[in-house]
Amino acid sequence: MKEVTRKIPKKDALGLLLGKPVYTDDLAPKNSLIVKILRSPHAFAKIKNIDTLEATNIEGIECILTYKDVPRIPVTRAGQGYPEPSPHDWYILDEYVRYVGDEVAIVAGKDEKCVDEALKKIKVEYEVFEPVLDFEKAEGHSSVIHPEKETHPMFEIGFDAQKNIAASYEMEIGSVEEELKKCDVVVSERFYTQAQAHVAFEPHSAASYIDMQGRLVILTSTQVPFHVRRIIAEAFDIPIKNIRVIKPRIGGGFGGKQAVHGEPFVAAVTLKTGKPAKIVYTRQEVFEATYSRHPMRYDITLGATKDGKLKVIDMQGLSDTGAYGEHALTTFMVAGSKTLPMYNKVDAVRFKGKVVYTNKVPAGAYRGYGAIQGNFALESAIDLLAEKLGMDPAEFRRKNMIREGETSPIFKIMGEGREGVDMVVRSCKLNECLEEGMKLINWKEKFPRKKISETKYRGVGLAIAMQGSGIANIDMGAAVLKLNDDGSFNLLVGATDLGTGSDTILAQIAAEVLNVPTEDIIVYSSDTDLTPFDVGAYASSTTYVSGNAVKRAAEKMKKLIIKEGALKLGLDESKVDFDGKYIYEINGNKKVSLKELATVLLYTENQKQLISDASYVGEESPPPFMAGFAEVEVDIETGKVKLINYVAVVDCGVTINPNLARIQVEGGLVQGIGMTLFEDVKYSPNGKLLTNNLMHYKIPSRLDIGNIIVKFVESYEPTGPFGAKSVAEIGIDTPPAAIANAIYNAVGVRIKTLPITPEKILMNLNKK
Amino acid sequence: MKINVTINNEKKELEIAPDDILLDVLRRYGYHSVRRGCDTGMCGICTVLLDGKPVPSCSIFAARVDGHEITTVEGLPEAKELAKILAEEGADQCGFCSPGLIVNTVYLKKLKIKKIEEVKIKLIGNLCRCTGYVGQHRAIEKFLGVEK
Repeated sequence: MKEVTRKIPKKDALGLLLGKPVYTDDLAPKNSLIVKILRSPHAFAKIKNIDTLEATNIEGIECILTYKDVPRIPVTRAGQGYPEPSPHDWYILDEYVRYVGDEVAIVAGKDEKCVDEALKKIKVEYEVFEPVLDFEKAEGHSSVIHPEKETHPMFEIGFDAQKNIAASYEMEIGSVEEELKKCDVVVSERFYTQAQAHVAFEPHSAASYIDMQGRLVILTSTQVPFHVRRIIAEAFDIPIKNIRVIKPRIGGGFGGKQAVHGEPFVAAVTLKTGKPAKIVYTRQEVFEATYSRHPMRYDITLGATKDGKLKVIDMQGLSDTGAYGEHALTTFMVAGSKTLPMYNKVDAVRFKGKVVYTNKVPAGAYRGYGAIQGNFALESAIDLLAEKLGMDPAEFRRKNMIREGETSPIFKIMGEGREGVDMVVRSCKLNECLEEGMKLINWKEKFPRKKISETKYRGVGLAIAMQGSGIANIDMGAAVLKLNDDGSFNLLVGATDLGTGSDTILAQIAAEVLNVPTEDIIVYSSDTDLTPFDVGAYASSTTYVSGNAVKRAAEKMKKLIIKEGALKLGLDESKVDFDGKYIYEINGNKKVSLKELATVLLYTENQKQLISDASYVGEESPPPFMAGFAEVEVDIETGKVKLINYVAVVDCGVTINPNLARIQVEGGLVQGIGMTLFEDVKYSPNGKLLTNNLMHYKIPSRLDIGNIIVKFVESYEPTGPFGAKSVAEIGIDTPPAAIANAIYNAVGVRIKTLPITPEKILMNLNKK
Repeated sequence: MKINVTINNEKKELEIAPDDILLDVLRRYGYHSVRRGCDTGMCGICTVLLDGKPVPSCSIFAARVDGHEITTVEGLPEAKELAKILAEEGADQCGFCSPGLIVNTVYLKKLKIKKIEEVKIKLIGNLCRCTGYVGQHRAIEKFLGVEK
């Protein structure tokens, strides 16, 4: 392969690195009204009265909108497949406010100063209710967070608003209770994961204006431009044809931008005033009023026979979706569907639980999407079981984990919000990942621990993980290729590059098919007027789903070139081929260059525009796999954990661009390490988020990460474009369990609640 | 009020309000490489050079730079070399934090800092959420000629 597997820089790299104006705030119309949001100071209240008169009279204020001024149509902000698995429980503005930070009023004015002043002058009277802040007490709480009649799911998701239940799910294969009786060893433990904040560095931003045809144009930092168009159309009851959504470059997303956030507010202002408007969230707003990861609780029971065969997995969960049920059911199900198939030889498996509303910052999509929560619980419990069996945890996994050519009934039973698809895992090098990782970390030498000094111990721990490659039978991506007169191509895709480099990867795939340099493929992505549909960047889908669409479109283009080339040469199509430069006679001397053919096609002979298109929906969602190994040093005097080494060995199929794949894994690992060791979300007793800035919410710095070693094993996914699977999320999944296991192996303390802070370790050490 | 500032070697007269923050003024005048990441001086993304030394422009009043020199990534000739190396490592990803990192790293080159541990300490204030830093370090080591 010439273009695929090339470590080329991203097409937009130099522009991004050297500070070109490419993000939403850089490109918003210069005369945009500044839009800000008055946010609720209460965790749960009803607005009794809003007086905006004094605020409206401030010089420079253009409009102030309250729930009385905007349509009240229940939608979900979550950008997912349609019909949506998230309940329709959100309104542009509502008389109820359901968390500290919920929107009360939209204020637009000529500059920040007048808008800030107006925000202070709006008088709101609230009827304050007792908030639901503890997700373990949410079900059946006397406060009902969504009492309104209009809120509803689009299909059966186990929704029960009167009991504060956004979704619920249950499945069982075999009989867990019966099989547990036949087990020699059983472990049963409870685990908790916290609400991690995304901290994409470009804050959520959106701008809007009315174009010369009177249509609403929205420029936005989003992962899902086509979903934004649909949701805005629905929320404002305007036709989709009257909306254009443009995604410029995105300063990171990680799931936090897989939804509408600022878009409805600028749209409301532009629709009301006819004027351009923009909103740029403050960092505090990003923390308080966008998304965080669903906190979850899992009760895990595992059973095995004494020879080390895992027989039973039972996962019973509770997930906290915050004030709105965005991604509620799907993140919960992924905690099972992207962990349980790893142990496919069990006799019985059960996964059940509920997702509840609380009066906290809404939870949403976040890289890992449930899998990291489930992985922490399951992979911690697997180590507990292996220890009880007296087995090396690596050996226990090797004996029980999924292999290439095998399947799991989970694939069919658990999809995302609905039934999944049957599939055989065609590429799975999990065993190779495990072997290679053990070598790189030096497992045999280092497991379980080494004493470094009187107060310091080093331990190693591991976890295995899987993810998916898009959502089978749901996620669709499409691509269009267009031949230019110099023989270059425009590649138009709806796929949404949010910094990952997917534009470049998709160009590499097209270039490989056409046998041209990637530099000859000009990519334009994510503009609902100009590019074909794509669900967007989520569920690790772009390389696999959009990549397959691009590959098909390029194959069609190649056929078109051969057909037109044959006509030009006066030969039958079967007698010619195309090598990237020339269309040539296979057994002869006739040839015409692509450039010449392209020029005559546009200007002189047999004139036409060569254009090809293709769409792709995965019939399967081939999982990438990895094995993660942590080596930690624990100080028993302070409880402090130092991450010494983290080894990640990944099977993501063929890496289309090994540099970009590696960075995806490294970046995922570090987010996972942050979640494991210190990223924490704290609320005041009244439900106000305390960790609402980067002083109080610590993300990993370059000194916190230890030595990170990423390796890819050789693997080829037959259904993927040139053998590729996804790589976006798999990196984040293993650190919580691998580090927890390493800490246990180092000092014998098992932390079951993330993050694993020095306080928790020390308190557990003192208990021993 | 008016201030006189040299930005990227060009003399400018800027109209500002007394309470304007440098970051906002720079963006208003079209220096879009200077980006807002956190509002609290924690992320390093808005780093510019003030009289040749790195500062977070979100934490400085514009009025204070009257009569001083500001350099952004656009005004640093060495920036392109580092950008190229970062791109070759794929260490840009979303790119939002890159200009601040580049400004700070070019400054380290001027100080001739070559020990990786010292480099990491000096760059600790430049946060990145995408790359996991590892690729950045591969690139920065090459650019600074870090001794191994």
